Amino acid sequence: MLDFLQMVVSGIAVGSSYALMGLAMVIIYKTSEVLNFAQGEMALISTFFTYLLLETHGVPFYLAFPGALAFAAFLGAFLEFTVLRRAKEPTVLGMIIITLGLEMILMGLVSWKFGADPKTLPFPISAYSSVMIGDVFVSSLEVLTLVVALTVMIVLFLFLRFSKLGVAMKATQQNHTAARLMGIRTRRILMFTWAISSVVGCLAGLLIAPTIMQPYMMWDPMLKGFAAAVMGGMTSLPGAVFGAYILGIVENLFGGYVSIEFKSVVAFVIIVLVLCVKPSGLFARHYVKKV
Amino acid sequence: MDMKRDYYEDVQLFSSGVVVFWFILLILFLAFFPFLFKNYYVYLANYMAINVIVAIGLNLLVGYTGQVSLGHAGFFAIGAYGTITLMSLLHLPFLLALPLAALVAALFGFLLGLPALRLEGPYLAIATLGFGLTITKVIGRIELFGGRQGLHAPDLVIGPWHLDTDRDFYYLAVTLTVLLTLAARNLIKTKVGRAFIAIRDADIAAESMGVHLTYYKTLAFAVSAFYTGIAGGLYAFVLRFIEPEVFTLMMSILFLAMVVVGGLGSLFGAVVGACLLSWLDLQLRNILDIPYLGEWLDALSKTWFSITGVSNIQFIVFGLIMILIMLFEPLGLFGFWIRTKKYWKTWPF
Repeated sequence: MLDFLQMVVSGIAVGSSYALMGLAMVIIYKTSEVLNFAQGEMALISTFFTYLLLETHGVPFYLAFPGALAFAAFLGAFLEFTVLRRAKEPTVLGMIIITLGLEMILMGLVSWKFGADPKTLPFPISAYSSVMIGDVFVSSLEVLTLVVALTVMIVLFLFLRFSKLGVAMKATQQNHTAARLMGIRTRRILMFTWAISSVVGCLAGLLIAPTIMQPYMMWDPMLKGFAAAVMGGMTSLPGAVFGAYILGIVENLFGGYVSIEFKSVVAFVIIVLVLCVKPSGLFARHYVKKV
Repeated sequence: MDMKRDYYEDVQLFSSGVVVFWFILLILFLAFFPFLFKNYYVYLANYMAINVIVAIGLNLLVGYTGQVSLGHAGFFAIGAYGTITLMSLLHLPFLLALPLAALVAALFGFLLGLPALRLEGPYLAIATLGFGLTITKVIGRIELFGGRQGLHAPDLVIGPWHLDTDRDFYYLAVTLTVLLTLAARNLIKTKVGRAFIAIRDADIAAESMGVHLTYYKTLAFAVSAFYTGIAGGLYAFVLRFIEPEVFTLMMSILFLAMVVVGGLGSLFGAVVGACLLSWLDLQLRNILDIPYLGEWLDALSKTWFSITGVSNIQFIVFGLIMILIMLFEPLGLFGFWIRTKKYWKTWPF
């Protein structure tokens, strides 16, 4: 029983970082229908930027982390402005190819600069100190991840529901043309969307970096976050979060009880099974195309 | 231009005598290629031939049927492992083991096609992606397939010939490539090919016109997987040693990039894209050896980047090519060719 509880708690902790990546992908997909495979690498480059600030230039934490988030926001807006906006007659596949291309460029740049050997991000909280909740061990980094994920969710919810910009984003998502006619600068909204999404991804990157930091570190969280988002329906923020926690918990239980070897692929099996039953995910209405 | 006036004109293999002439010239060039060039280029040609087969197979799925796949490295792995296992365990001859392994890949393609019936866009992307990753993981776990240690390819013997060198292998690979290219060209001119194209353009409309969606969509996946399986079987003998780490997600992305860079929905594009990217792939692996550019990159790496990670420039170049093609010529190199042809045909207007 204790084992079970321990696994569930670790699953929730892992799920938090999936949830952040999933949220980041959903934010972009919701407004622009672009499947952003570069999400992980955008977070990666922001994380390595932080590393550069902290390690090479000796910037203190309280300046480096906001700096990283600002850099992430700028990067997201920059990529949208220079690359995505330039696409002619975008198709779903075309956009996938563009973001895959971005992903390769960003990863190439990071690996070129830093090489493949692992680094450690100096972080205020050690990845190995832990706290006891009842009889269950939780590392303090996991607690922090969970807190950050929950905060981001609440802030995002409030932002989309109550702020002017958030409502404009929703309008853009629902009907591009109508939103434009109402005087919303939809292209600028898209730029903001990318910036916000990049910041959320960067948070995930920063929280993953203390345990593992090398150019491939964001692959797994991004794919799992993507899988979680797809399971939730790709257009629903709560869906992505819910999917992420389910994936995290199931994955950990599977690793504990069935086979540790296949732990990382079980997520995709779940995804395929869920999609067979509900082809548009758990939380999105199935959309039937008219001819 | 290129107007078709009747059905037979549309289905004929060569549209004019000029095309026949160029085709014969190409075949002659391919036949004498190993005598004209150094060994390295023969190896490069083998690598290209294999990628051409994959690109054609993937183009049948992505370009003609409109189904995205990020899991073709999985079929590639099935082909490679299947061929070697059938040969070394069951002692089947190569020419039997290769199609059998490809049929196994086709079976998996059919199975992957089943969920794909209901999925599209991001949902299909994640399902195929997950398939590719899972296959690699599962193969890496099974002892029969050598687990993490990988497998050595047995000697390649076809009838009386022992294919030991790249030159010998070249004729096998290129013959198969030419045959499979012609087969693909014929396939898309038949009822099946037209059904694929109809599904790509509007699947619901196609269904209401009497195209059996279940049948043709799974068929597209199976055919595509078959091509990739054949290529995988050949690739095992190019590498001589295979391990699960070879068949990564990056490989699937590269396959997709070949198709897109060459041009979706065009066999010519698939061939050109595959050749270009395979050439770049091998060339960029030792990028510092390129004259002038290599020295400049070396200096650049030492001042701003690191010399250990210099091989990653490959990814940057591929990424740039993919983005630039999508931004400026969504039809790929084939679109570029069409535009050039049109320009000169109507010149000076």
